[in-house]
Amino acid sequence: MHEMAVMERILDVVVKHAQSNNVKKVVSISLSVGEMTDLIDEWMQKYFDYLSKGTVAENSKLKITRVPVVLQCGKCGNKFEVSVKDLDKARCPQCDEKDNFTLISGREYFINNMEAY
Amino acid sequence: MDQIRLIEVKEDVMQDNVKLADSVRARMKTEKTFLLNLMSSPGAGKTTLLVKTIEMLKQKYRMAVIEADIDSIVDAETIQSKGITAVQLRTGGFCHLDATMTLQGVDALSLKDLDLVIIENVGNLVCPAEFDTGAVKNAMILSVPEGDDKPLKYPLMFSICDILIISKIDYLSISDFNVQAVHERVKRLNPNIMIVEVCAKTGQGMEGWTEWLAGQVDAFIK
Repeated sequence: MHEMAVMERILDVVVKHAQSNNVKKVVSISLSVGEMTDLIDEWMQKYFDYLSKGTVAENSKLKITRVPVVLQCGKCGNKFEVSVKDLDKARCPQCDEKDNFTLISGREYFINNMEAY
Repeated sequence: MDQIRLIEVKEDVMQDNVKLADSVRARMKTEKTFLLNLMSSPGAGKTTLLVKTIEMLKQKYRMAVIEADIDSIVDAETIQSKGITAVQLRTGGFCHLDATMTLQGVDALSLKDLDLVIIENVGNLVCPAEFDTGAVKNAMILSVPEGDDKPLKYPLMFSICDILIISKIDYLSISDFNVQAVHERVKRLNPNIMIVEVCAKTGQGMEGWTEWLAGQVDAFIK
């Protein structure tokens, strides 16, 4: 369900940039989406297609890059990647700390750029 | 056909919401009203916990509740029957509350007459975790019947909360729910989280929760 809310925001940003760049048609949109978010690529595209009908972004293709979860160790400052399913078992590869981490990336929705004419 | 060109966007999609949420927090600070966002699965006992919390704290604080429900007013009626102002927001199919909706709720309240406002978010462990409501602190309930594996399945929710309330502990005797395992799993995702264990129905453990809340409110509105 919240695909809809996220895709609506993405469409708003895309339309805003399309207008300020005098674009006739958006062809593709490059997105970076954190691994920790629960959105599935296929559904993002489906919701986007539904929402973008009749807009400058109709029929544009979403190019989605997943951003891995990166934690920073609170003890030694080391930054390291961890898979979502191993999050609860995470250990700092440098100092073996297991409790004290800060999330550096993995929950973002970021629009990098778009192709348009 | 026109030449295809690449347009730089470089925009965080959640940025507008985060900005608005920050402005809600700033306003609450000026008004000296603490705003708490309460989240859980459907049926974890948000309304029951709220009713008990209201009973315990209504002598101390002037309180109100913002109710978010997809399409019903049942919870708002339950809260109002306790003599507390409840604003009902129907999210109309939306699975979460964002800062824009919080603002609607806040605008409907007279903040100068309030010390503590609690948002009862939509029952859901996925979407509400993604959207900053503008609350000062985030609380979540995990009830014993839901199982101790939830931190593994919904890591984002557990990582953004300031307090986890393990509820319905009266079910522990007939459940294989491992409280210690939940503590370990959650602390790894979120080392600073406070964890309390309660049964809102009998009142067991409720002081741990209300003392934490009162401490947060006092620190914010002083």
